[in-house]
Amino acid sequence: MTKTNGSVTGVNGNMVTVRVEGAVSMNEVAYIETRGKRLKSEVIRIRGDLVQVQVFEMTKGIRVGDSVAFTGEMLAVELGPGLLGQIYDGLQNPLPEVAAKVGHFLEPGVYLEALPRDRVWDFTPAAKAGDKVRAADLLGTVPEGSFTHRIMVPFGFLGTYTVKSVAPAGSYKVTDRVAELQGEDGTVHPVTLMFQWPVKRAVTCYAERMKPVEPMVTHVRLIDTFFPVAKGGTYCIPGPFGAGKTVLQQITSRHADVDIVIVAACGERAGEVVETLKEFPELLDPHTGRSLMERTIIVCNTSSMPVASREASVYTAVTMAEYYRQMGLDVLLLADSTSRWAQAMREMSGRLEEIPGEEAFPAYLESVIASFYERAGIVRLGDGKTGSVTIGGTVSPAGGNFEEPVTQATLKVVGAFHGLSRERSDARKYPAIHPLESWSKYTGILSAEAVRYAHGVLARGAEVGQMMKVVGEEGTSLDDYVVYLKSEYLDAVYIQQNSFDPVDAAVSPERQKYTFSKVVGVLGSAFRFKDKDEARDWFYKLRQGFLDLNGSEWKSDRFAQVEKGLQSLIDDRATGLDPKAARILETLEK
Amino acid sequence: MKKVYSRIESITGNVITVRAEDVQYGELAQVSTRFGISLAEVIRLADDEVSLQVFAGGRGISTGDEVRFLGHPMQVSFTDSLQGRIFNGAGEPRDKGPELSENLIPIGGPSVNPANRIIPREMIRTGIPMIDLFNTLVKSQKLPIFSVSGEPYNPLLARIAMQAEVDLIILGGMGLKYDDYLFFKDTLEQGGALSKTIMFVHTAADPVVECLMVPDISLAVAERFALKGKNVLVLLTDMTNFADAMKEIAITQEQVPSNRGYPGDLYSQLASRYEKAVDFSDAGSITILAVTTMPGDDVTHPVPDNTGYITEGQFYLKNGRIEPFGSLSRLKQQVNGKTRPDHRAIMDGMIKLYASYKDTLEKKAMGFQMSNWDAKLLKYGELFEQEMMDLSVNIPLEEALDKGWEILASCFDPQETGLRTELAEKYWPKARA
Ligand SMILES: Nc1ncnc2c1ncn2[C@@H]1O[C@H](COP(=O)(O)OP(=O)(O)OP(=O)(O)O)[C@@H](O)[C@H]1O
Ligand SMILES: [Mg+2]
Repeated sequence: MTKTNGSVTGVNGNMVTVRVEGAVSMNEVAYIETRGKRLKSEVIRIRGDLVQVQVFEMTKGIRVGDSVAFTGEMLAVELGPGLLGQIYDGLQNPLPEVAAKVGHFLEPGVYLEALPRDRVWDFTPAAKAGDKVRAADLLGTVPEGSFTHRIMVPFGFLGTYTVKSVAPAGSYKVTDRVAELQGEDGTVHPVTLMFQWPVKRAVTCYAERMKPVEPMVTHVRLIDTFFPVAKGGTYCIPGPFGAGKTVLQQITSRHADVDIVIVAACGERAGEVVETLKEFPELLDPHTGRSLMERTIIVCNTSSMPVASREASVYTAVTMAEYYRQMGLDVLLLADSTSRWAQAMREMSGRLEEIPGEEAFPAYLESVIASFYERAGIVRLGDGKTGSVTIGGTVSPAGGNFEEPVTQATLKVVGAFHGLSRERSDARKYPAIHPLESWSKYTGILSAEAVRYAHGVLARGAEVGQMMKVVGEEGTSLDDYVVYLKSEYLDAVYIQQNSFDPVDAAVSPERQKYTFSKVVGVLGSAFRFKDKDEARDWFYKLRQGFLDLNGSEWKSDRFAQVEKGLQSLIDDRATGLDPKAARILETLEK
Repeated sequence: MKKVYSRIESITGNVITVRAEDVQYGELAQVSTRFGISLAEVIRLADDEVSLQVFAGGRGISTGDEVRFLGHPMQVSFTDSLQGRIFNGAGEPRDKGPELSENLIPIGGPSVNPANRIIPREMIRTGIPMIDLFNTLVKSQKLPIFSVSGEPYNPLLARIAMQAEVDLIILGGMGLKYDDYLFFKDTLEQGGALSKTIMFVHTAADPVVECLMVPDISLAVAERFALKGKNVLVLLTDMTNFADAMKEIAITQEQVPSNRGYPGDLYSQLASRYEKAVDFSDAGSITILAVTTMPGDDVTHPVPDNTGYITEGQFYLKNGRIEPFGSLSRLKQQVNGKTRPDHRAIMDGMIKLYASYKDTLEKKAMGFQMSNWDAKLLKYGELFEQEMMDLSVNIPLEEALDKGWEILASCFDPQETGLRTELAEKYWPKARA
C-alpha cells in the first residue's frame, strides 16, 4: 500500500489544513515536515481533498506548501512489558528519556519509543503449536515487578488463529518474535512481546461485562463508608479551585486497593506531577512491599504542553488501563482534570468552526464524555478471570458552579459523585467532599441502613445549625443543640480525615467498621446534660479523645487505652440507646 | 531578501490580510504606515492569504501600505546590558537607551519537561507576616495577588520585589497607568534596585496588541537568565488587562466566546505563561508574582477563576490587607516545616482563633449575648489585625512568630489556644506564663 502524501494549505493555531492526493482515514496520524522537523498530527476532519489535522506541537514556523506524510495508522500506543513505572506525555513519549536526549525543554518533533527496546524479559511460553487462539488469548508470560505480565494475542487479530510456533522459555526483548500465528487464510503473523493499539478504540476482548459490585477500597472513610466506589465503576470529583481535588486523587493513588494505578495529569500543573514522580519511588506499597512506582504509570500532559496531546492523553491512559485489565488485574485510572480535556475539545471545535453548544463546548461533548467513562468496567475474560478498570475524574467547573456543561454531562454517566465544597475547604475540613450533596449508586463496606442512620444525624444537625444562625444559641432547645453537637462530632471524627497523619491517612475497612460502630453508639445515645455549655464541653472532650484514637495505631496498646478512656467518658453520661441504633450496632457486630 | 507587498486586501480591527507566499506561521512583518513602522505577526495562513495582527493597531492603515516579512518570529535581544533598561511591549526602548539587537532569542518557547523539575524547597522572605508566616512564598512559585481595583496592589508588588533576595527583577506591565509606571520606576530607583531590573511596560495608552507580548517577552528573558544561574522574580501587572486584550482581539476576529466574552482557550493561554515558573536543578529559577484585578470583587469572574485553577495559591488583598481567608500558598508546606519548630503551629492556631473571632463578630452584629470567651476573642481579633495583618508591619519571620506568641499571651491562657503543650512551654512569653 502506498502511503498518502499532502501539502499544507493553511494554518490556524494548532489546526492545519492539508490538500491530499489519495486515501486518508479519520484519526489517522500524519507528520508535517517543516524546517527539518517532523510534527505529529491527527486527522480530525476530511472534506473532499482537504483534510484538517490537529498538530500535537506548536505550529510556529509551518508554511503553506510544507509536505505532509500520512502514516495509514491511527493514533496508537505501545502495549507490552515495561509500561509500569513509566512517566509518559500524552502521546506516550517517555519524558525522562526525552529529557536525557534534548535537555530541559520539550522541543517539538522529538518522539521516542514508549517501551525500552534493550531491556530483556524472561518469557515462559503458555500456548503450544496447534492451539487455536483468538485476540487477547494467552501465549506466554513474563514477570514485570510483582505481576505476571501476560503476553497475549494482539487485540487487533480478528477471528481464530492457529499457533504455529511459540518460542522456548528464555530472555527476549520486546521486539523479539515469541510466536507465530496462522490465520484462517493461511498467512502467518509473527507476534512479539509488544503490539500497538489505537487509543480511541475501546478494547473489547472479553466474554462478558459485569455489574460493578465489589467496593474499591480507597481507605478514605468518607468515600468507603458514605460514597463508595465499586471496582469497575466510575466517579467524579468536581470542585472549585483549591478545594482539594488533586490532593484527594494523590491520596487515592497511594492507598487504593487495586493492582495498578494510572495517573493522567491532564492539563494541570506540572509541579503536582513532580511531587508524585519524586515521592512514589520512595514510598512502599503496603500489599507488595515494593516501591509504589512499580504499580503506577504516569501520563502527564500538563497545562502548558500542547493542547492536542492533552486531548489524546486521557485515551492513552485508558488504553493502558484496559491492557492490564486483560491480565485479570484491577486498574484504577485517575484523570485530573477532565475539564481541561473538554476544553481541548472546545478549542479544536472552535477552530473547525463547528456550531457551538453551551459555553462554546461542542455539541458532542456529552457523548464523548459518556463514551470515555464507558471504558471503565469489570469484565469476565476468556479464561474466566475478572479484571476491572475504575475511572475517577476531577472536574474543574468555571466559577465552582456545578451547573455547567462538563459537570452536568459527567454526572449523567458516573456512578458516584464526590462534590467538593468551597465552604468546607475554606474551613479546612478535609477531604472537602460535601457530605449532604454527594451521592453514590454503589454499595460500600457498610449496610445501607447504617449509612442512612449516620447521614440522617448529619442532615438534622445541619438544619439545627442553620436555624441557630437565625435564632442564636439562646433560642435553640437543648435537645436540638445536642443533635447539632452530634452531627459536628460525626463530621470531626469520622468524615474529616487527616491525610498527613501517618495513621489516619489510610484506614482499613475493618477499622472503619469498628470506628463507625463506636460513632453510631454515640449518635444513637441519649445523654444527661445540665445545659448547653456542659453538653458542648463534653462533646469537645469526646471529640479530642476520638481524634487521639484516630491517630493511634490500630489495635495497639495506646489504641486500647484511649478507647477505654472514651468508653468511660460515654458511660458517664449515656442514659439509653435508640432502638434503631441498637439494631444497627447488632448487625455491625456480626 | 524577503519580498515586499504593497497591497493589503482587508483590514478588520487590528488584523490585516495580504496575499503572499512562503510565509511562516508566527512570522513577523513590518508594516509601514504614514504614522511610522509597526511590527505585525502572522496569525493565520489560508492558501496565499496571510492574516497579520498589527502591533500598533489597524487604525490609519491604508490598503496601499507596505508589508515586509522578516523571516523570523517575534524575538528579543538577550544580553547583560538589558539590566536597568525599560522597553515597551514590542521590545523597543522606552528609556533613552540604545536599541538592542545582538543575540536575539525567540519568545513563547516550549515548556520545561516535567521530568526535569524539582520539588520547590526555598522560602522567599518578604518581611510581611501575612506572607512569611501564614502563606509563605516559595522560590519558583507562581502566585497572583487577587485584588479589587483601587487596592494598593502595585505598592505591595514593588515592596515584595524590593525585599526579596533575588538576583534579577523583571517587571511586565500590562495596561499600566502611566503614574503606576513612574511609581515602579521611582521605587526601584530609590531602593537602588533599578540596575538589577528589566522592565517591559505596556501602558494603558499603548496599542492593545503590544499588551499581549509583555508576558512572553518578560518570561523569555527571565528563562535565559535563570538558565544562566540567576534567581529571577517576574512581576506581571495586571494580568486581567492581558486577558482583556485577548478578549478584545478574539471578539474582533469573530471567535466564539466561551464565558463572558473571553475566548475558550483563556485557561491554556494563561497557563502557558504561569507555567514558566520553574526551579532548574542545575541553574537558577523563575518566581512569578502577578496581579489579577477582580471586576466587582468577584472571584468567579473568568480571569481570577481561571487563574486560581493555574497558580499555586493566591494572596487576596482587601481593604488594604492580605486576608487570611481566601489567601493560600499551596507550596508553603514545602518550606514552613524547616523554619522554626513553632511556625506551623502558630500559623494554624492563630488562624483558627481569628476564624472564631469572625464568628463572634457575626454574633455580635446579630445582637446575641457576648460571653467571657467572646470578649477574649474580640480583643484578640483586633490585635491580630493591627499587629499582623496591617501592611505597614515589616518584620522578619522570627519576629513575627514571637509577636504571635505575645498576642496570644495577652489574650488567652495557654490551654485555650489549642497549641501543643510542649510548644507553649517553650515559647509562651515567660512573664505571663
Ligand atoms: N486532604 C487535605 N488535607 C490537607 N490539606 C489539603 C487537603 N486537600 C487539599 N488541601 C490543601 O488545599 C490545597 C489545594 O488542594 P488541591 O491542589 O488538591 O486543590 P484542587 O481542587 O486540585 O485545585 P485546582 O483545581 O486549582 O487544581 C493544597 O495545597 C492543600 O494545602
Ligand atoms: Mg488540582
